[in-house]
Amino acid sequence: MFEGFWTSQVVWNALLIGGAAAVLSGCIGVFTVLRGQSFAGHALADVSSAGGALSLLLGINPMLGFFGLGLLGALGLSGRRQGDGDLAAGILLGAGLGLTALLLHFAISLRNSTGAAAVVMFGSLFSAPPGAGALALGSALAGVVLLGVIHRPLLLSSLDAGLAAVRGVNIRLVAGVFLVLLALAVTLSAMAVGAILSTALLIGPAAAALRLTRRPGLACALAAGLGVFCAWGGVALAYASYGFTPGRVWPVSFFIVALVFCTYAAASLRRA
Amino acid sequence: MFVPYLLDGWIVATLVALASGFAGFFVVLRRESFAAHALPMAAFPGAAAAVLFGVAQIYGLVAAALLGVGLLLWLKRGQRNDAATALALVALLALGALFLSLSGRYADAVYALLFGQVFAVGPGDIAPAVALGVLVPLAVLAGFRPLLLSALAPELASVRGANCGWVDALFLLLLALAAALALPVTGALLVFSLMTGPAGAACVLLRSPKAALALSVGLALALIWSALALSYATGWPAGFFTGALAAVLYLAARMWRRARRARPSPGWA
Repeated sequence: MFEGFWTSQVVWNALLIGGAAAVLSGCIGVFTVLRGQSFAGHALADVSSAGGALSLLLGINPMLGFFGLGLLGALGLSGRRQGDGDLAAGILLGAGLGLTALLLHFAISLRNSTGAAAVVMFGSLFSAPPGAGALALGSALAGVVLLGVIHRPLLLSSLDAGLAAVRGVNIRLVAGVFLVLLALAVTLSAMAVGAILSTALLIGPAAAALRLTRRPGLACALAAGLGVFCAWGGVALAYASYGFTPGRVWPVSFFIVALVFCTYAAASLRRA
Repeated sequence: MFVPYLLDGWIVATLVALASGFAGFFVVLRRESFAAHALPMAAFPGAAAAVLFGVAQIYGLVAAALLGVGLLLWLKRGQRNDAATALALVALLALGALFLSLSGRYADAVYALLFGQVFAVGPGDIAPAVALGVLVPLAVLAGFRPLLLSALAPELASVRGANCGWVDALFLLLLALAAALALPVTGALLVFSLMTGPAGAACVLLRSPKAALALSVGLALALIWSALALSYATGWPAGFFTGALAAVLYLAARMWRRARRARPSPGWA
């Protein structure tokens, strides 16, 4: 069932991308959940899907496309005022997805790539470009380091914005840097499980970790660990699925998301 | 543009806009954008399963949307509501991806189900669309007062004897039915735009709930008709125009109100 698993270049690439995405998304996800920004994170992912479609259309590196549109989405989100509720994020998300529909339509009809929609929206870890693993690992490291730099003011402003302002924290700057980090995390997750499923890696392990511990640092480490477990477990199960239904590999993204969901369900049982 | 084989698409799209306009008004009022985004995703694996097992799509859609309501209600009992919604949403999407992948029609079906294919609607889709397109508005009108009260003043509603749990469930049910109806037309991802864009604009513009509801429905109809006409004229996907026009509508309403600052804000929009 697992013959050739460890020697396959494709598998190693998938493990690298999945692991990098899980580590950064787990850490960023803890702050996203604490700040109650799950919907914003999801909106960012949906907007970045237009970037994925654009990169298919232009034939550039998908990470560049995801990140570019993710940044644009972050800019749109940071412009909204407090009290708008989720509506502004929702409208932005709809506009982004509309653009994705158009770009995918062009990608499918002009470049004749029928699988474009599936690749961008649901990901295809096993068909990632060979160099993507190293690039993903590098950006994840950079993201984690940047998060380490801003983690104290970020935590303070997430838990009590008033207190943070009194202590002299530049709340707008911190929120802006955080949105950039969120865009990076979403980009990596979109490379791993596809744009609309990237929320799974961002929110799932983090929400599970926050059920298990109240200490933010520990929660980040735990979320990263759980995320890596889900990502690598998903890759292994997808590899093994070749034997379930002869000749057809089940989607990697399905296994990763299913594992994330089970992890979260198991964690929520603990303190019912 | 109104040739016979496209007529079915126009009829179904009109019914979809009716149901979405009614349901969307309460989505905006109750600040349930995320639930409105998640429920069409719940219908997605149903449509995918229908492709896999070869049954009529509408049954798969409605069954899966009902399951989605149950899942959402169950998850909402815990803390961190929005994280739970996000997870339910992606889990259902992933399940749909699995069904489509197993059916062997992954590539073409993914695009159709996520972004819609209104002009692929056939005569067989009319009957269920009429049923849902009439049922959802009627149910919203019948439950208008408890829905409104529990949206604006939940404490008052429970004092007055309305059971908020049941009203919540009823609301999600209506949302799910509207989503199931809309999915083949606008796709799982853009049902949401059709619900929130017109309703959001209406709530920004008008203070009276009844007038805002009427405007929301009117704008939803205008939105879907323009999207279809533009799609027909350009050959571009209708989903693009739906998402873009919804955003334009909402932004225009916001700018209109800003330009007329003198008028006090309705407070609930």
